[in-house]
Amino acid sequence: MRIALILPFLIATFATFGMNDYTQLIVLYIAINIILATSLNLVNGFCGQFSLGHAGFMALGGYTSAALSMHFHPFDGAFQFLNFLIYALAGGAVAGAAGWLVGLPSLRLKGDYLAIVTLGFGEIIRVLFLNTESLGGARGLFGIVGLHGIDLFGLQLSPFFMSCTIAYLWASFTFLFLWRWTHSSFGRAFLSVREDELAAECMGVNTTRTKVLAFVISSFFAGLAGSLYAHTTNYLSPASFQFTRSVDVVIMVVLGGMGSLTGSVIAAIIVTILPEALRPVQDLIGIDIRMVIYSLLLILLMILRPQGLLGGKEWSYFLDSSLKRTTDIWRRYVRRPS
Amino acid sequence: MNTTAFCKLGFAIGLSVLTTFGCTKKSDTAANNEIVIGEYGSMTGNEATFGQSTDKGIRLAIDEKNAAGGVKGKHIRLVVEDNQGKQDETAAVVRKLITRDKIIALLGEVASNRSLIAAPIAQQAQIPMITPSSTNPDVTKVGDYVFRVCFIDPFQGSVMARFTHDNLKLKKIAILKDLKSDYSLGLAEFFTKKFKELGGEIVGEATFQNGDTDFKAQLTQIRGEQPDGIFIPAYYTEVGLIARQAKQLGIKAVLLGGDGWDSPKLFEIGESAIEGAYFSNHYTTESSVPATQEFIKKYKTKFNEIPDGLGAMGYDAAQVLIAAMEKAPELTPAAIRTAIAQTKDFPGSTGTITLNSERNPDKEAFIVQVKGKGLKFVTTISKP
Amino acid sequence: MQDFIQHLINGLNLGAIYALIALGYTMVYGVLELINFAHSEVYMVGAFASYYVARYANLDAKPGIVSFITCLVVSMFVCSILGLTIERLAYRPLRNAPKLNVLITAIGVSLFLQFAGQAVFGADPKVFPEVLQDSVLFEWGMIQLRLFDVVILLVAFISMAGLHFLIQHTKTGKAIRAVSQSTRTATLMGISVNRMISITFILGSSLAGIGSVLVGLKYPKIDPLMGMMIGMKAFVAAVLGGIGNLPGAVVGGLVMGVCEEMVVGYLSSTYRDALAFGLLILILLFKPSGLLGKARVEKV
Repeated sequence: MRIALILPFLIATFATFGMNDYTQLIVLYIAINIILATSLNLVNGFCGQFSLGHAGFMALGGYTSAALSMHFHPFDGAFQFLNFLIYALAGGAVAGAAGWLVGLPSLRLKGDYLAIVTLGFGEIIRVLFLNTESLGGARGLFGIVGLHGIDLFGLQLSPFFMSCTIAYLWASFTFLFLWRWTHSSFGRAFLSVREDELAAECMGVNTTRTKVLAFVISSFFAGLAGSLYAHTTNYLSPASFQFTRSVDVVIMVVLGGMGSLTGSVIAAIIVTILPEALRPVQDLIGIDIRMVIYSLLLILLMILRPQGLLGGKEWSYFLDSSLKRTTDIWRRYVRRPS
Repeated sequence: MNTTAFCKLGFAIGLSVLTTFGCTKKSDTAANNEIVIGEYGSMTGNEATFGQSTDKGIRLAIDEKNAAGGVKGKHIRLVVEDNQGKQDETAAVVRKLITRDKIIALLGEVASNRSLIAAPIAQQAQIPMITPSSTNPDVTKVGDYVFRVCFIDPFQGSVMARFTHDNLKLKKIAILKDLKSDYSLGLAEFFTKKFKELGGEIVGEATFQNGDTDFKAQLTQIRGEQPDGIFIPAYYTEVGLIARQAKQLGIKAVLLGGDGWDSPKLFEIGESAIEGAYFSNHYTTESSVPATQEFIKKYKTKFNEIPDGLGAMGYDAAQVLIAAMEKAPELTPAAIRTAIAQTKDFPGSTGTITLNSERNPDKEAFIVQVKGKGLKFVTTISKP
Repeated sequence: MQDFIQHLINGLNLGAIYALIALGYTMVYGVLELINFAHSEVYMVGAFASYYVARYANLDAKPGIVSFITCLVVSMFVCSILGLTIERLAYRPLRNAPKLNVLITAIGVSLFLQFAGQAVFGADPKVFPEVLQDSVLFEWGMIQLRLFDVVILLVAFISMAGLHFLIQHTKTGKAIRAVSQSTRTATLMGISVNRMISITFILGSSLAGIGSVLVGLKYPKIDPLMGMMIGMKAFVAAVLGGIGNLPGAVVGGLVMGVCEEMVVGYLSSTYRDALAFGLLILILLFKPSGLLGKARVEKV
């Protein structure tokens, strides 16, 4: 818990002073993707419902947050960043409500059908925003306010530092929240729904409520991520929330392992960095081969290692086992049994 | 694949990726005797010829200057990025140009939509930007670091309205515009205003979206209003398809348009359906102005084809930038910006360029007509 | 009234093409219970294949039935091969994997083909050569019936009739129907499931190939991303009619085409794409088995 609180500041400090503008953007994206991936994992991985509409919830959160920020600033000056707390929560709330709406019909649909409905829902949201002129329409929304730098005891904190810290604070919050959730009885209910719905129902688990809850929570965090995205890139357009964005998040979840939160975090980092890391390849060959490699990797992943990097288990599992092996060796060879 | 094997594989890949990534991070800062300029445009996608032609014009100007010794003795290095005709790609590449390539000036784009995305970024970073052919008035309104070398849509819309009303003597016009394009919506608006002022009548209006291939429904609706002409302020790909389908539906109305039509692909896509249509453009190959003819000759020698308006505008934009860089006391973005703002009576290939206080030039419009696989000059209009 | 009839003709045309592609989706779903996302990309490749052949052989210099049929055959051939390859390499290894994995793989293949298409063909749109000369066949007031309209409806009808005959009146068709009912029992009956699945893919992909040439004729612009939207709509059409149900796909396609045309003609083109998804959600909420489908009972 303590790590979670300090880590954001550490990352932010390193990022502000150790990197150039472009890489800083990537660091921010990683935070946003972590929130997206872990929240989608809740629905897809832990609850076994295949949702392909995450981008729609992100869009809802982003636009709500941006719209609110255009008309409503209760705090000023040094406490400006508290404004953003409100915007983010509002964005999350609206997205969560939408999640509830999507969750309701999800009761009746299974697997493929659910995937298509969520896909359709995501696209409808996008088209709605495309046609909302007051929110920029097709051209997009410019100049969304971002966090300003503040003067803390004489120390000049740049806007980026603020954005980065807040982003990672949210990411930590998301991770902790979801960790506690999945390790509680709620989490076990989710798993039971994933494994066998009928059996779960027989055991007294209200599958209806569970599934809807999964959608609501996951879309809340997606909305949060959307709000972060809006305020850190200062520009929103429906084109950033296409089906491809949902697929990106799904790739992160699958790569990390469905049902593994730490896996999602690792996968989010990898998937965010990969296209940028492949840019030298693109410069070399001249054509945009990054996405070709990207999609090829996805196919190979599904065929060769469908359970993802961590295979549904958390990082601690591997840590434990390697720790155990190390202590075993220590005990056997170094410390003589007395 | 078991976990260990997979992890080892992943680790190996990750390490190699990081090394390549890390290497490029510490790379080149611009060599001291080099000027880095950025160019962004749609080299691929629906409006590919816009980006490609503009690029050719820009390269012509820059190579010419480099061959003559460069600006203040320094070589000009042009970094070109393709935004694939997409909006968020535009934001990404412009940011990259500014932060990674450390450009001191930016050239681009043709489509007003995308220029409107790049402009705020350039303005905020205080890098001067010159758009060669974006005609929507909002582009230069973004800030004092954004300039253009072409006429703007209030002017262009009025020009077409006057030409349609006075020269062609058409009274009933229908409009078919692109919902997704600021350029299209703006131009349609200005045309409508002037045309009504002159006493004409707009009998119908329909919309489509950039990327659509089927316009039968909209054209059927327009056909019902029986217009004398249809004004289509859109880009060449859609215009070509629209013309074809209009012909298929038996529509005999005259087709009218704006500078978004200018592309060699227009004839390929529209074929015989686009024959006889009129549109307003930035330049014409039949102009007797020496600067124009000289440019056409140089372009033909280098690229083996006749330049379209976009190429000419690209050339002019680059030339204005180069002239400003020569004039500026030092090669910093701010100084270059001041020099560009002072551009006066510059002999461009598309006309004399003097930038007014809104950073737009006052230029003439040329009305051309589609004849076969080429454009025939009809008339010049300087005051609508 | 005249406009309405014109809209109807346009809509049926559009619908016929949706139907052709929807048949591919529905057939694959019938035998594999898989939504073949890559189908729309197969369609795209077919368009490009016949484009290159037509350009290379200069077919637009001699437009006519022969050139047209050549394009159709080339497209069908290339699409079949591609469909077969995808099935072999991407879907067969996952025959026994959870449905989710195959779905993700399908998405992966679709993305791969899109991006590879952009890299190989270049992202700018190309103009499909005119391998058939258009002309007005019939005119009544403002209503026009053109050669292309008739050709599209005719070719689509012949293809669908051919498919129907194959599925309902031949042994192979019977075998395919058996596999779509129950794979295990079909194996017990001595049917080579792998072969039937391959044949299904060939049939579905060929239809997509035919569709792509028809689209190339009517809307000459082709580009590597052309499959996305039309694939999505054709898929919705398949679901609309009842996925796994062949006549359903045809009905769904036609309904979809006419609705889209009416909405764009009488309302606004803004809602053109949203209509497809709206219909999808409506049908899945109220009658998930589709217009012509039968409700599936889930056994414990």
